[in-house]
Amino acid sequence: MNQPLVKIERVGQTFNTKQGAFTALRDIDLSIHHGEVVSLIGHSGCGKSTLLNLIAGLTRPTTGVLLCDNREIAGPGPDRAVVFQNHSLLPWMTCFDNVMLAVERVFGRKEGKPKLKLRVEAALAMVHMDHAMHKFPHEISGGMKQRVGIARAFAMEPKILLMDEPFGALDALTRASLQDELNGVMAKTGATVVMVTHDVDEAVLLSDRIVMMTNGPAAVIGEIVDVRLERPRDRLALAEDRRFAECRAAVLDFLYRKQMKKAA
Amino acid sequence: MSTVVALKPARVAIEKEEAAVEQKIEIAAPAVAAPVAATPAKASRLVGALKEIALNAIPPLLGLGLLIGLWGLLTMKGGSIPSPAQVWAAAANLFADPFYSNGPNDQGIGWNVLSSLKRVGIGFGFAALVGIPLGFMLGRFDFLSRMFDPVISLLRPVSPLAWLPIGLLVLKKADPAATWTIFICSIWPMILNTAEGVRRVPQDYLNVARVLNLSEGKIITRILFPAVLPYMLTGIRLSIGTAWLVIVAAEMLTGGVGIGFWVWDEWNNLKVEHIVIAIFVIGIVGLVLEQTLLLLARRFQYETR
Repeated sequence: MNQPLVKIERVGQTFNTKQGAFTALRDIDLSIHHGEVVSLIGHSGCGKSTLLNLIAGLTRPTTGVLLCDNREIAGPGPDRAVVFQNHSLLPWMTCFDNVMLAVERVFGRKEGKPKLKLRVEAALAMVHMDHAMHKFPHEISGGMKQRVGIARAFAMEPKILLMDEPFGALDALTRASLQDELNGVMAKTGATVVMVTHDVDEAVLLSDRIVMMTNGPAAVIGEIVDVRLERPRDRLALAEDRRFAECRAAVLDFLYRKQMKKAA
Repeated sequence: MSTVVALKPARVAIEKEEAAVEQKIEIAAPAVAAPVAATPAKASRLVGALKEIALNAIPPLLGLGLLIGLWGLLTMKGGSIPSPAQVWAAAANLFADPFYSNGPNDQGIGWNVLSSLKRVGIGFGFAALVGIPLGFMLGRFDFLSRMFDPVISLLRPVSPLAWLPIGLLVLKKADPAATWTIFICSIWPMILNTAEGVRRVPQDYLNVARVLNLSEGKIITRILFPAVLPYMLTGIRLSIGTAWLVIVAAEMLTGGVGIGFWVWDEWNNLKVEHIVIAIFVIGIVGLVLEQTLLLLARRFQYETR
């Protein structure tokens, strides 16, 4: 428990562009513990998705080291599942098969078909999508697709779950219901989650810590807010809660006073 | 209002004949009739469906009618071009026995069409066998793509018939040489469209593959192939279209049995009606090929994101 699951040490990321080298991130130090839910928040272009991709292993850092379970992150792998912003379900497979593709990859060697099938069904039932599991992605709504995307990630039983603005493309009402659902699933599974968001309420509602990043280029971690709200959290009760309001105010203060974007 | 309701039952009975004429009243009628009784509403829906079919069929029929009408007008005074009626009579005669065979130079039109289709099928099949894997490789590896790009750009605009002598030289026989021209003309769209499809596979899908650490085999069968399939089918459709254009010309040059050769043979026999029939047959077969592939392509159009 005291040994962090993910350790990010002095990580920097520089991209080579046509206009020369572009430093997206520098001097990032962060530890993420088992069972913790961490949000990355900041103005667009601050490198929060870049940091998530580094943890996922989709890109490699220019400087510094990232460790997951004491091993260097050298590439993407199913122990670090990713929920992409636009769901990324494969359109030629049913919801069931989309989840099965992931489950088969992770558990296929150890378990037989019937057991894999149970896993897929359980994952889809967890996000209340068992009724539509044999539908194709184009037959269901955007919110439902994202539920399946979340089910796919959870079904892999990853060490850590990475979410890149998972609800960014959804309308406000759907987003709220998915946030509640995610809160429930996280409580049930005790998952470790890192989530990129630019929605302040979402960050406070879902996370244990909110990592706030300064504006890019060469973004660093500005401040970290601890959200000391007990779980399960209830959206309506929290609206009145003083501590919720304080966290919210702290994040808003950082984003809109300290890091106000210069008029672009 | 009430007069319309009273008229309604009688109207339904005669509506089929008047469908095209009575548009204005028809629009108002279902709304009025619905609360009165279920059967007239159902009947008017049927009439509506029939009307829609009729409206959809009228423009194309008109177009074809215009074509045949003009042709009839132009050939009214006689001359070397046969009139529609003469062609119709010849066609009735010809299609009475499409599959006769009096030796290699005198066979029914059915045999001729079938042997042309067979050549197209073989040449096209080999082109798919070579072109699709090649397209995959060009799309996947930028180096190969840049390597082959000038070669393809140079060879693609060449009429496939220019390759016929090479085919005759290497293959020694006329029949495989015609197939060879089909191979040549089919392969370019197949390579280029497949390569383009591979290049356009969304990065998201590839990221899914990377996060899952899928094996190269799984990536190809579960992600690349289905993502590229619509592009491949476009390539196939374009290939078949060109192949069917080219086979007629190639067979005129090589002889043997085939619709192209048949056209040339009938020209030598001065049976102009038969040439006109061949034009229609070639057109219809081409249309059927195209539509079949369009249907197939629609089957694999998953995306409506």
